[in-house]
Amino acid sequence: MATEVSTAPVVAAPAVRARRPRRVSEGGRVNWGLTIVVAIVSLIVILPLYFAVAMALKSPAQTGTGTGFNFPWPIQWGNFRAAWDLTDTPLAASMSLLITVIAVVGEILVSALAAWAIVRNWGHWQFRATFGYLMIALFIPFPVVALPQVKLMAAIGLANPFGVAILHIMFNLAFNVLLFSAFIRGIPVELEESARLDGCTTMQTFRRIVLPLLAPISATVGIFAFLQSWNDFQMPRLITANPKFQTLPVVQFLFQDQFTTNINVAFASYLMALLPTLVAFLIAQRWVVSGIMRGSIK
Amino acid sequence: MTATSAPSRGGPLGTLKKIFFPVAPTYLLMIIPAILLFTFFIIYPAIQGMFYSFTNFVGYGTFHSIGFANYKAALSDPTLRDSYGFTVLFAVVACIVTNVVALALAIALNSKIKWRSGLRTVFFMPMVLSGLIVSYIFTFIISTSVPIISAAIHFAPLESNILANQHLAWLGVAFVASWVAIPGAIIIFLAGLTGIPTEVYEAASIDGANAWTKFRRVTFPLLFSFLIINTILSFKNFLNVYDIVVGLTGGGPGTATTSVAQTIFSGFFNGDYAYQMANAVIFFLITLLFAVFQLSVIRRRGGGL
Repeated sequence: MATEVSTAPVVAAPAVRARRPRRVSEGGRVNWGLTIVVAIVSLIVILPLYFAVAMALKSPAQTGTGTGFNFPWPIQWGNFRAAWDLTDTPLAASMSLLITVIAVVGEILVSALAAWAIVRNWGHWQFRATFGYLMIALFIPFPVVALPQVKLMAAIGLANPFGVAILHIMFNLAFNVLLFSAFIRGIPVELEESARLDGCTTMQTFRRIVLPLLAPISATVGIFAFLQSWNDFQMPRLITANPKFQTLPVVQFLFQDQFTTNINVAFASYLMALLPTLVAFLIAQRWVVSGIMRGSIK
Repeated sequence: MTATSAPSRGGPLGTLKKIFFPVAPTYLLMIIPAILLFTFFIIYPAIQGMFYSFTNFVGYGTFHSIGFANYKAALSDPTLRDSYGFTVLFAVVACIVTNVVALALAIALNSKIKWRSGLRTVFFMPMVLSGLIVSYIFTFIISTSVPIISAAIHFAPLESNILANQHLAWLGVAFVASWVAIPGAIIIFLAGLTGIPTEVYEAASIDGANAWTKFRRVTFPLLFSFLIINTILSFKNFLNVYDIVVGLTGGGPGTATTSVAQTIFSGFFNGDYAYQMANAVIFFLITLLFAVFQLSVIRRRGGGL
């Protein structure tokens, strides 16, 4: 989803991880009744995803008049080929990837640097004021500034994926600085001071000492950035002028009319757009979940 | 808020230098580009838009000031009123559904059930999917598959496509928006649940508390701050709903599910630029009002989050 910057994350977290919970809560017995209920409820998630896969593997004739939930047999792999060619998937995917990579790296670097400078100079009002100034963005959702922003980006030649990536970085700056500064306050200054005594410059101290220590919170920021930039629809749609340079979700939107003639090709195309985040999530689930926990509670 | 300030280098230039270069230049290099870019890309357009909302600008050409005319027109515009009505109703309902379902699921996923991590994975999955594409999938399910199944089991309410029904389409939008938002809320509730020590439940058991009493007297109060976090986050996202409406109904039937974000973006097409900027400013003020209200609720609880 597009830029989800939280309005009020300045809430101090209770000691969430204060104590390790015991794995088994009450007694050692498996609650089978509850297991069955949860398993049935999980169908609300599984069935639509199965539906998408099944639709992508059928021919229009197999889709026919049925409910769409019937098993696809024989499997029609051709739909993926057709969708790949019709929507120029490689180009759209590389645009999505370009925006996502710039946004992830940019969000981590820009906000880590800014947050570190702010926290380590908190004694100066200029830095406290900067912090407050950046926080304004928490209260400005994209739709509010969209109209002038689109004109601005067009005027300065950034009505393209680079412009979208820059805006992703800028819109998330407030939230990311908030996350980083909360984390940096917990890092002892002594480490940095000893690095300085050893002759490190400010920049070297940041690169060699601080940045490695920021790895957990950088992962959180990076995961948020990845999911948002990859799935964003409204910003690329409004900012990028040339439809050739559109991202995967926007391409799905642009091809809706042509998809109606072959709904199975449409679903094959949807799946190809959904798969990267789904596979990434299944591989890195542990980090994604703990990252989101850290990000939302901080 | 303990942070060391870099040694101030007063020197002969004294106060002037202290004001403009109070710290090592490297720190300024880290922060000044960020401030400039932020000002240029976010604050400048915001001020510019506010300025245009008092003019008759159509997006190009000349314009002149027309005072509050756009605001007056916006406040009596039935189309806008409907879109605000839909957006707020949708946001309230989706917010309640998301939090209630997520709380129940989080408690279930935190208890001693079989295949716990596998089931968690399943419930987390919608979180990483594109809202627009999920909506396209659901459009087909709700408009084609659900009516066929409903007809077969004689379930009248869903036998026709609710997305084509002017009065019910918003329910479809609320369902899909909640489907996408629930995993994130579950994760936050799970974070809260793992922080509750088991001893508290053991003590409650010894006092003879049943499952419901334990939920009401132990779980719910201890999770209350997480409920507030979830409410604030989800409500704000629901107010800005766009992708899901575009994918599911396109704002229709008619304008029944046109969200505020959609009306603002329409300023590009109908020569409504300045008018929709006035709408955007009103939307901003409403968003701000909700945020301030939510923050004051938190503060009244002693900031004890």
